Amino acid sequence: MNTEAIKELLYKMADDLLIIGHRNSEWTGLGPILEEDISFSSMAQDKIGQAQALYVLLNDLGEQEPDTVAFTRNANQFHNAQLLELPNGEYDFSLMRHFLYDHADQLRFETLANSSYEPLAKVARKVKGELKYHVFHANTWVVKLGSANEESHAKMQNALNYAWNYALGMFEPSAHEDILVAENVFIGEESLQERWLANITPILMKAGLSIPTSDTWNPVFGGRKGMHTEHLAPLVEEMSEVFRYDPTAEW
Amino acid sequence: MIKSLDPRVNRAAIAEENTIEPLKDLDQWETYEVFHQKRRGDQHMHVGIVHAPNAEMALIFGKEQFGRRGLSVNIWVVKTRDVFTTDYEDSDIFETVPEKQYREAGGYKVMDKINKFKKGL
Repeated sequence: MNTEAIKELLYKMADDLLIIGHRNSEWTGLGPILEEDISFSSMAQDKIGQAQALYVLLNDLGEQEPDTVAFTRNANQFHNAQLLELPNGEYDFSLMRHFLYDHADQLRFETLANSSYEPLAKVARKVKGELKYHVFHANTWVVKLGSANEESHAKMQNALNYAWNYALGMFEPSAHEDILVAENVFIGEESLQERWLANITPILMKAGLSIPTSDTWNPVFGGRKGMHTEHLAPLVEEMSEVFRYDPTAEW
Repeated sequence: MIKSLDPRVNRAAIAEENTIEPLKDLDQWETYEVFHQKRRGDQHMHVGIVHAPNAEMALIFGKEQFGRRGLSVNIWVVKTRDVFTTDYEDSDIFETVPEKQYREAGGYKVMDKINKFKKGL
């Protein structure tokens, strides 16, 4: 089993979850209505929990403690896709990102449930129910707003257009991928993207939303290698503020 | 700008003279009654209300509001306006004259028979 390759996979998954979990939690108390505020915040907490489960696996492979990894790295040491660090903007973008990311995340974990790397397969089986709800939630909102009225449709279509190339960036190829595929750890980013497209297309059609034409596709890569937008550093700064105040405190 | 200890509020750059008007009465989604089942086979219990634009959304809200802690296997939602109710003015229909022992099951002596049956006699 190739430890470096597995670590890379775990880091990008965990960092995706931590960063989107933090971003989504920024809506807490500011959500559009009480019920949605509670639902979105609760899912944000799920994401942080899933991130933690993966940081624990990394710790088992010799990396530092989960809290240290989460709160003491600089922005250029994070491996999340850039999609997840973008500011929340308005609710249309936050929902669209939630839809695009959670479909990918659910598929990733679904395929990993059969991974030859058993600790990860175990986590994947454990988070199945949470992810199913997250996708159900995202689908419901996207279909509702995509087809509600002209204004909501236009906002959701704009959000999709803006998020699209960043979303494709989630499937950034990795140098270690051939080993992971050969050892049946992971199916690889390319097949994942294919399955993701097959899953989101019918929902977007039902919502009356169009995927940008493929000649305009231009994936925003770099996030997996530590290249980020100017938005990640302030996020990391804010996220780790309390931890850095007293790194030795027991929580 | 409004200054707050919450960085999100500062980022939102809200003018001191806040021009956001409060919502008008009833300018919101209708309500659904939520019923929650702990285990398969148990009765669904009424646990509360959510606002939602349709039944599907009421289900996703109901799950998070009332099903995110403890045991849950199922949720029902019903539009509040589809629930028929008695009037509180008529609450006296539930009052009953106590002198009706003949209606109560207390008068039956059955335990002997039940115990006999259990012993297989």
